[in-house]
Amino acid sequence: MEDTNEMKMEFDSYSSNESFARVAVAAFCTRLNPTLEELSDLKTAISEAITNCIIHAYDNQIRKIQIICRIKGQEVEVNIIDHGKGMEDVAKAMEPLYTTRPDLDRSGMGFAFMEAFMDEVQVESTPGEGTCVCMRKKLGCFTHPYA
Amino acid sequence: MGELFQKRGTVLTIRLPKEVDHHHTEAIRCEADRYIEQEHIREIVFDFMDTGFMDSSGIGMIMGRYRNLGMIGGRVSAIHVNERIYKILYLSGVYKVIDITKKREWSNRDEKKGEYGDGRYE
Repeated sequence: MEDTNEMKMEFDSYSSNESFARVAVAAFCTRLNPTLEELSDLKTAISEAITNCIIHAYDNQIRKIQIICRIKGQEVEVNIIDHGKGMEDVAKAMEPLYTTRPDLDRSGMGFAFMEAFMDEVQVESTPGEGTCVCMRKKLGCFTHPYA
Repeated sequence: MGELFQKRGTVLTIRLPKEVDHHHTEAIRCEADRYIEQEHIREIVFDFMDTGFMDSSGIGMIMGRYRNLGMIGGRVSAIHVNERIYKILYLSGVYKVIDITKKREWSNRDEKKGEYGDGRYE
């Protein structure tokens, strides 16, 4: 099997696309033979990032969200990119329980979940231009009795 | 949406969908608050029987209802919680303030069916 693989997708920021996006990325990663738990972790992290784009970056306006997904060896890298309003203070936004939208019942746990469920999370943001969340995780490293 | 909400006395049971994400929580949130206001609900039971996926939007939904009911002396609980959902409730700290009843069988069977969402477990 080839060692690297890449896919890009772009879709409208409808909330109904959240499940499509996380399932699409999970499907792309199945060749790495991830465990069910690893797939659930990946899907949760992606769901958090997409929800951030929809609610915070685009403020529920319908614009484009881009996902670039790369596999290298057993590691997957997922970049989730929006061209929304961006963040002034990324460190503050990533603090657990910090949210700018308590009125929408947001828990402030989005970035905390991404960090808990992925091996590595990097966030680059420019106010007025957009945000890129880059997450990495090694998959399928534990259960290969016959591999 | 209506059939997912069951009211018995002052207890409202909400049977959550397969995937509890931002998309689904919006509608549940509005409907639950309408019940709390108009039907004098004192306790909400979130039923995770069908649920295999939840993200922080679900946590926000539970905590929001907990706050609304807490102000009038009510309570919130979760039932039929599988391993995955428990992990999310645990990580977020929500397990400290609501009663959680785990699903009877925490087997591989439950996990798989939950993940790929082909209906009920039992």
